[in-house]
Amino acid sequence: MTGLISVAIVGPLVAAACSLAMRSRPLGRDIAVVAGLGSAALASHIMLVAVARDGTHTVAVGGWAPELGIVLVADLFAALILPVALTIIFVVEIFAIGQRRTVWAANPQLSGPLLCVLTSGVSLAFLTGDLFTLFVAFELILVSSYVLLTHQGNQSQIRAGMTYVVMNLLASTLFLFGVAFVYTATGTVNMALLAERIPQLETGVRLGIGAWFLVVFGTKAAVFPLFSWLPDSYPTAPTTITAVFAGLLTKVGIYSMIRFHNLMGMDDLGPIMLLVAALTMVIGVLGALAQSDVKRILSFHVISQIGYMFMGLSLFTVAGTAGAILFLIHHMPVKAVLFLVGGLIENHEGSSSLDRSGGLAGREPLVAVMFAVPALSLAGIPPFSGFVAKLAVISAAIDQGATVVVVAALVAGGLTLLSMAKIWNSVFWGRRADGPRPSPAPRRGRRTMHAATALAVAGTLTVSLFAGTLLDLSTEAAEDLRSPASYIEAVQP
Amino acid sequence: MSAALLLAVGGLTAVGLYLLTGRSLSRIVLGYSLLGHATVVALITAGGPAGWPPIAGRTAPEDMSNPLPQALTLTAIVISFGLTLFLLALARRQRSLSGDDLVEDDLEDRRIAAVQSAPTEPDDSGAT
Repeated sequence: MTGLISVAIVGPLVAAACSLAMRSRPLGRDIAVVAGLGSAALASHIMLVAVARDGTHTVAVGGWAPELGIVLVADLFAALILPVALTIIFVVEIFAIGQRRTVWAANPQLSGPLLCVLTSGVSLAFLTGDLFTLFVAFELILVSSYVLLTHQGNQSQIRAGMTYVVMNLLASTLFLFGVAFVYTATGTVNMALLAERIPQLETGVRLGIGAWFLVVFGTKAAVFPLFSWLPDSYPTAPTTITAVFAGLLTKVGIYSMIRFHNLMGMDDLGPIMLLVAALTMVIGVLGALAQSDVKRILSFHVISQIGYMFMGLSLFTVAGTAGAILFLIHHMPVKAVLFLVGGLIENHEGSSSLDRSGGLAGREPLVAVMFAVPALSLAGIPPFSGFVAKLAVISAAIDQGATVVVVAALVAGGLTLLSMAKIWNSVFWGRRADGPRPSPAPRRGRRTMHAATALAVAGTLTVSLFAGTLLDLSTEAAEDLRSPASYIEAVQP
Repeated sequence: MSAALLLAVGGLTAVGLYLLTGRSLSRIVLGYSLLGHATVVALITAGGPAGWPPIAGRTAPEDMSNPLPQALTLTAIVISFGLTLFLLALARRQRSLSGDDLVEDDLEDRRIAAVQSAPTEPDDSGAT
């Protein structure tokens, strides 16, 4: 198990170093990146099987006691999310290789190694068992995301990058203050010890810490009042970068909230969080309706969908948390695929603007299908994964009698369908406007891009195919999170 | 816990946040540095009363100051140092693109706002 965890965390870092060393040799560079990301993804799948069979594994790095050292905890929750995340990054990298030599491609000399660093940060964030290492993992993710977002250095990227960087720097500073508060109150940053000590604190201090970290993680996750940086910055990056960001970054914030607020017993914050969830869903989707560019529409949907996961968490029940976990598993691949299809649209139509494209369904029926499946899934139409995930979250909310938020969820679902139909009408049907267009990717690259997207679509279908098993696993993970005793016992036998 | 240190944290945070709300990126860099210092002092304060250097064999364990927050602080300092450099690089790039280092408006947002307020007028954004 130690080996698997090291492959997932250290492997990508080694790959990043190798590919940087080989920056002038394209083949060696690509092999290093693909090998690093691929082995990490493979290790995470084996880890899921091992954890589902034998239960939680812990690794005390350097053999230190939990009070002093870093503990890595592979519990079922982490093991469920990690393979989804790492597989997405791997598929996106394949897509990026196909997208080379077009005007929309990221600079491969930088994007490959940075994607590896980001992967390492994602693995660390999911597996870490203490709050400060979580901060370091966030920084690892953010630092690589800052550079990925701005590495081409054009005007719009720098402009959007500034907002993104400053917003996230502020959130990181608040995170560090939060660590200081928690350490003052409890004398530890280890999550298992915190799960024992925080519930014993005075109500005011306890809820203060809970609310503080709600703001910290909420900024990363882009929930209602704290989302403004997201739709501004995401669309300016190259599509492959945006696909990774939209699929993973905000989800790391939600993941941390699900873990932290459940383990620390912050149930009292539930009602306020439900309200925030309802506002996030509705305002996000309304923002999407106002946009006229595929990438910007999809960016607003990231926010709206975060609301559903947040809603599952805010119920603070096993069913709600299980729904949120299942939603995470469904949402990460679906969102990444939609952005990849956005990249395909850009490639075929010369732009991702709705006004400039049209009639793509006739020319590229495969692209139309690859858009329709995740789009319907995002809206929650029955045979697809989105339906199962939404059903899980909404029925958990109905059990708790949270009518307002259920109505908000249903309204947001309808509006999501409307805005997906808007993309479909303008891009896939109708006529396309005349005008000069940048040249599309060469044939071989186009084939790689289509294959990577098709693979990802197949991944989302797999989620809906195994939805029953995944819901069972999610429920099991949620039970562990709701009763911290098992987590505490795993870390401190 | 020393009141002076707490006041220092409060003062640094206040000045840092004020600078962070500015439009000029060089102010933001300064504000971020001050906020970084504030978190460092806060983490050190969280470690309890000051003692002798925590070096095994030289100081008796009961006289040592708490080494854990110091380790956390070192990590935080390194991270904030790297990010300050990145912010400076961003400011320099912005200056070479537009001649100043101000954070600009989102044109797409302005365009949509203009459509909302004046639906009949043709859209002529890009003035900012």
